[in-house]
Amino acid sequence: MLTKRIIPCLDIKNGETVKGINFVDLRSAGDPVELAKQYVVQGADELVFLDITATVEARKTLVDLVRNVAAAINIPFTVGGGISTIQDVDVLLNAGADKISVNSSAVKNPNLIDELSKQFGSQCIVVAIDTKLEDDWKVYVKGGREATPLSTKNWAKEIQERGAGEILLTSMNNDGTKNGFALDITHWCSAHLHIPVIASGGAGTKQHFADVFNIANADAALAASVFHFGEIPIPDLKSYLKKEGISVRL
Amino acid sequence: MNIVIINYNAGNTKSVENALLRLGIQPIISDDILTIQQADKVIFPGVGHAAPTMQYLKERNLDIVIKNLKQPVLGICLGQQLMCTHSEEGNVDCLGIFPVQVKKFNSNNPNEKIPQMGWNEIHQLKSPLFKAIPENAFVYFVHSYYCALSNYTIATTDYIIPFSAALQKDNFYAVQFHPEKSADVGNLILENFIKHC
Repeated sequence: MLTKRIIPCLDIKNGETVKGINFVDLRSAGDPVELAKQYVVQGADELVFLDITATVEARKTLVDLVRNVAAAINIPFTVGGGISTIQDVDVLLNAGADKISVNSSAVKNPNLIDELSKQFGSQCIVVAIDTKLEDDWKVYVKGGREATPLSTKNWAKEIQERGAGEILLTSMNNDGTKNGFALDITHWCSAHLHIPVIASGGAGTKQHFADVFNIANADAALAASVFHFGEIPIPDLKSYLKKEGISVRL
Repeated sequence: MNIVIINYNAGNTKSVENALLRLGIQPIISDDILTIQQADKVIFPGVGHAAPTMQYLKERNLDIVIKNLKQPVLGICLGQQLMCTHSEEGNVDCLGIFPVQVKKFNSNNPNEKIPQMGWNEIHQLKSPLFKAIPENAFVYFVHSYYCALSNYTIATTDYIIPFSAALQKDNFYAVQFHPEKSADVGNLILENFIKHC
């Protein structure tokens, strides 16, 4: 049976791992390659690296990091942050990334999704959405700093039509709160899309993961600080999920 | 030992190269016909679309070269599908090594996402490729098309329907999943191909 995936996310700034609490106030949590290896041993199903600086200078550092991670680990990993051209994607995939994720650049230029999926295959194109509940769920860009008029539901459908292979949905209302995932919008996406949905933002307890799988029907759950600071060890989480009747890789 | 990874336009050659390097093997990555023919073992990886990839192989005569190889060959993911008779992806005739049809997943159940993306179990393992691999081991899959069950099935799996996780005919081995991304289980499968196939 296909299992639900547990995905630690490593936010990268200048080659170091950091985690934003509500996207500001960054704390350092170690060397990305060492953390990545540790997560493989713990049983993480995939990893995501988000470059939150993504300046031109930081780009070369990121490519080196991707090369080092690819040499060190044998599970799939996604790289995102500041990717806006076919050339960016080509460099990262050639460095050994399995998938890339686009966010603000896809909102600005939706054709980018079509071009990337055509060039590299849908399976390696993840579209990330930062969303916030206002009158309805709305799309935010630039690391959550800038609002857009886009409805999250409409945008999610559009990115699927344009060839995204997967959607990484982060609720800004929940991110950093440790009060649980945004179950309603995650469930909506899961029920209305035929591509896999990765839920992100708000994980604080093992129960939160069970809920996002059982109630919201997410295909994967992503979290950062609860893993980085050892608050929820992945083996404990997976044993718990299995007891809750959720299919996981042990 | 001289291991060649076939370099072509749909290759995830870097990941496979990294996996072999972790096993202490330095592979040769090449699309040169003589280099491929003289290898001790050949790996035929693949990520991408079947129809343009078959076209690419034909233009370089690699289709003829691959199906006439006598040494052990391991196809991975799209590599496995291209080794079959025909693929629904672009409705294209493939290499015809395995007399097997490649079909698209079809489901109206919103819980059954397409592509299958993630870790799934493999069953009924029967080949030196799976030496010391336990039944129900987890491996990593990413695909929208699958190889139907056949007499050449050496591992089964189940997503939407049961299908072939791996095939073998004579010197040709193939897996639908990505051993290079399947943690320790995947390492052992690659090691088995190098040592026992």
